[in-house]
Amino acid sequence: MSMAGTAANPSPLAQDGAAEALHIESLHKKFGDLHVLKGVSLSARDGDVIAIIGGSGSGKSTLLRCINCLENPTSGVIRVNGEQIRLKADSHGHTIPADRRQIERIRSRLGMVFQSFNLWSHLTLLENVIEVPVHVLGVKRDKAIAEAQTLLDRVGLAEKRDVYPAYLSGGQQQRGAIARALAIQPRVMLFDEPTSALDPELVGEVLKVIGDLAREGRTMVLVTHEMKFAREVATHVVYLYNGLVEEEGPPEEIFGAPKSERLKQFIRSIG
Amino acid sequence: MSVDAPVMTPPARAPSWLKPHRIGLLAVALALVIAATLFMRWDWLPRYYGLALQGIWRTIWILVVTCALGIMLAVPLGLAQAAGPWWLAAPARGFCTMIRGTPLLLQLWLLYYGLGSLFPQFPWIRHSELWPYLRQAWPYAVLSLTLSYAAYEGEVMRGAFAGVPRGQLEAARAYGMSRWKIFRRIWMPQAFYRALPTLAGETVLQLKATPLVATITVVDIYNVAGRVRQETFITYEPLLLLALVYMVITGIIVFLFRRLESRIPVKIG
Repeated sequence: MSMAGTAANPSPLAQDGAAEALHIESLHKKFGDLHVLKGVSLSARDGDVIAIIGGSGSGKSTLLRCINCLENPTSGVIRVNGEQIRLKADSHGHTIPADRRQIERIRSRLGMVFQSFNLWSHLTLLENVIEVPVHVLGVKRDKAIAEAQTLLDRVGLAEKRDVYPAYLSGGQQQRGAIARALAIQPRVMLFDEPTSALDPELVGEVLKVIGDLAREGRTMVLVTHEMKFAREVATHVVYLYNGLVEEEGPPEEIFGAPKSERLKQFIRSIG
Repeated sequence: MSVDAPVMTPPARAPSWLKPHRIGLLAVALALVIAATLFMRWDWLPRYYGLALQGIWRTIWILVVTCALGIMLAVPLGLAQAAGPWWLAAPARGFCTMIRGTPLLLQLWLLYYGLGSLFPQFPWIRHSELWPYLRQAWPYAVLSLTLSYAAYEGEVMRGAFAGVPRGQLEAARAYGMSRWKIFRRIWMPQAFYRALPTLAGETVLQLKATPLVATITVVDIYNVAGRVRQETFITYEPLLLLALVYMVITGIIVFLFRRLESRIPVKIG
C-alpha cells in the first residue's frame, strides 16, 4: 500500500497493481439477444477520475452498473481494490455473483450516485446519510450522525438535515445523494449521469460538488454528458461506441485531438 | 407583490373548537338524544347492560385479533405475489382469489359446520388438549375473519410492494444491503406507508363484517341486540344503540389510523 503515494505514473493502465482501485477486463453484457457490452476493459488507480462518454445506447451506463453488479455481467473480470468479484452461472445460465456476502461487502465500499438520485423517500436527509454506515457497516449511531453533519455541511445542506427528500429540489437531492455516497467512505465513487435529470439551472451546483471531490483526489468513475466538465476534472476519458472502447486517453487528447472518426463526429454533435 | 418568499405558517388556530356551526350541530344532537330518551323505551337497558358490555368487548377483541393476525398473513401473501417465485406467487394468488371470490358468511359456515362437525369424528382430536377450544364457536369465527382480512389485505400489500419505485430498492442494493435488510429497512416501510390509508378503510369494513359471527352463536354486540329483540319484542331501540356502538368504534379506528398516518410526514414516491 505504501506504493500508492509514490506511484508517479498517471496512466490508469499501469500494471503494478498496488494502487489499483478498479480493474475491468473483457466485460461482456447481453440482455437477451442484445449485446450491449462487447469486451470492455478499464482500469482505475487511486485518485483517478475516469469519465465515460458516448452516445445513447453505447453501453456506458450498463458498464457502470456492472461494476457493482447492479447488472450482472455476462462474462468478464471485475476487480475492486484488488479483490475479484466471484461470478457463477445460475440455474437459468445467467451469470450472478457467486458469493452474496462478498458482493455486498464490495458494494458497501462503492459509492453510487444515480441519475434519479434515489434518496430513500421515507427517511430524512440525515437518516439517508447514516442509513448505510449504521445498518450495513456497523458504525455507531452517534459517530455516524457526527460524520453525516460534516458531509451535509460540505455539500451545503446542513440546515436541511431533517427534511424529507420530497421537499428538496433536484439539485439538493443529488447533493444529498453524494453525501450519502461519501458517508460510506467509498473506495471508488460511481456516478451514473448525475446531472441528466436536473433542471439546467441546478446542474452547476452538483457539478461543483463533484468537481471538488475530483480535485481532492477521490477515485471516481463518471458517466456523463457534460463534456466541458469531463474535460475539466477527468484524468482519463473513455469513449464508448456500440459496446466497445472506441478511443481512450487523457482529456486533452480525447477532446483536443481525437483520432477516430466516430469520436470526432460525436464531439462535433455535442458541440 | 412582495419580493420575499412567502413563509409557510399554519393558519392561526381558532381559540376554541366551539364554533357557531358546531354549536348548532350539538343542539341537534342533544335534541335527538332527548327525544330518544323521552319517546323510546329504554327500560330493558339495566337488565342487558352487562351482556351488552360483554358483547362490545367481544366485538372489539375479535376485530383487533383478526386484523393483527390477518395483516401478519397479508404481508407474506402480498410479497409472494409481488416478488416471489411462481411456486409461491401462484398459491398466494389462488388463496386471495378464492377468499375474495366467496362470501364471508359462506366461509364462516363452511369452517364452523364443516370442520366443526368433522373434528368430533376423530377420537384423537376429541381427546386432545385443543378440544375444549375446538368445541367452541369463537375459534372458527377468528379463523375465518383472519383469513378474510389476510386475503383482502394480501391484495392491498401486493399493490403496495409493487408500487415502491425500483430505484429505491436499487439504491439499497447498490449500497450492499442484504435482501432481508432491504426488505426490513426500505421495502416494507415504504409499502406499509403506501397501504396505510387503504388499510384504515379495510379495517372499518372488517368491523362491519364481525356481526356475521352472531350466526355461529358467538355473542358479540350484534348478537346481544338480537337477543333483546327476541326476549322483549323491542326492535328499534337496541338497533339504534347498536348503530351508535359501531359508529363509535369506527370513529376510534379512523382516529387511530389518522394518528398513525400523521406520523408519516412525507409524500412517498
